[in-house]
Amino acid sequence: MSLVSEGADFRGPMTAGPGLVEPMLAEPSLASVGDYVALMKPRVMSLVVFTALVGLAVAPGSLHPMIGFTALLCIAVGAGAAGALNMWYDADIDAIMTRTARRPVPMGRVQPGEALAFGLTLAGFAIVVLGLLVNVLAAALLAFTIFFYAVIYTIWLKRSTPQNIVIGGAAGAFPPMIGWAAATGSLSLEPVLLFMIIFFWTPPHFWALALTRTEDYARAGIPMLPVVSGDGATRRQILWHTLILVPLGIAPWALGFAGLFYGLTAAVTGAIMLALAWQVFRERRPVERASKHLFAFSILYLFLLFAVLLIERGWGGLIARLAA
Amino acid sequence: MTIGIAMNEQPKDEGVVLTEAQKRARRSRSIAIALSLAALVILFYVMTLVKGPMVLVRPL
Repeated sequence: MSLVSEGADFRGPMTAGPGLVEPMLAEPSLASVGDYVALMKPRVMSLVVFTALVGLAVAPGSLHPMIGFTALLCIAVGAGAAGALNMWYDADIDAIMTRTARRPVPMGRVQPGEALAFGLTLAGFAIVVLGLLVNVLAAALLAFTIFFYAVIYTIWLKRSTPQNIVIGGAAGAFPPMIGWAAATGSLSLEPVLLFMIIFFWTPPHFWALALTRTEDYARAGIPMLPVVSGDGATRRQILWHTLILVPLGIAPWALGFAGLFYGLTAAVTGAIMLALAWQVFRERRPVERASKHLFAFSILYLFLLFAVLLIERGWGGLIARLAA
Repeated sequence: MTIGIAMNEQPKDEGVVLTEAQKRARRSRSIAIALSLAALVILFYVMTLVKGPMVLVRPL
């Protein structure tokens, strides 16, 4: 199977990217504040803030709540900056895909240059403020995360390899490490483990979605795994990645970082993830029910793991820090 | 003299004239920027109070 299915308009990023759009005299902007909020991908931002909060809360030592708040604010703004840069560069393919066609740049409500300036400004502020008010390690990690998402994933990997979301998933996995670094000024095995959980969670999550939108991705010329390697290979990869993910999910308990309640939650939800991944493996198009179920449950799975960790490890610690 | 009158009769260039919707959008954006800057000032002020002299210490 060719990299891009027949009929797909796969232009290289340098010709399709907004940077080389024909110069034209722009109308005075009609963009509302809501359009700029949409550029920051608020739903992605909320997940980033949540996982960063867990990293921050489970970290050892004491932290002033105001410093914790500042760290989360900077991480949220940094995630928003990465989202805006992604929407700037991907405006051409966003316009083709049904799921993204109503975003502010393809709709023409925000000019590509405005999205770029907005993203760069937010990124600059988030990194500098985090470095000045919290610590330099957390700021460096945030800068690397924004760079990884905007440049490595969006500009390079997304349009060039079916492994795009496997490698690019690292960008979404960094927030707990940034949270931990903000609290302690250092890194250890625990935040790396949290990173690994999100890193191996990302492929089954996005490939389950991609299975239900293969035509959309093919039309936009994005070489997602189902477009390039086909349905069967994607289902096999989902199962393999879930088989790695489930033990990783249990690992915080097995290594003594988390308690029994976390271990039980990780085991039960991990078993459900595996069962759903097995159903996806057995299912064949045009039926997509199992893929939709796996996509929906994967969100709950990650949320539950981190929420239980927050309650078990972080909440007590957070209250103790507030009292200190 | 004739030339002078002709020059005076040229239509005045008013530049880009914003519609009411564009003016409203610009105003809402301006308010959002002002609020963000105010929040940043408050954040630095409060953090300086919280950290005290340590606000200048940033170990690598």
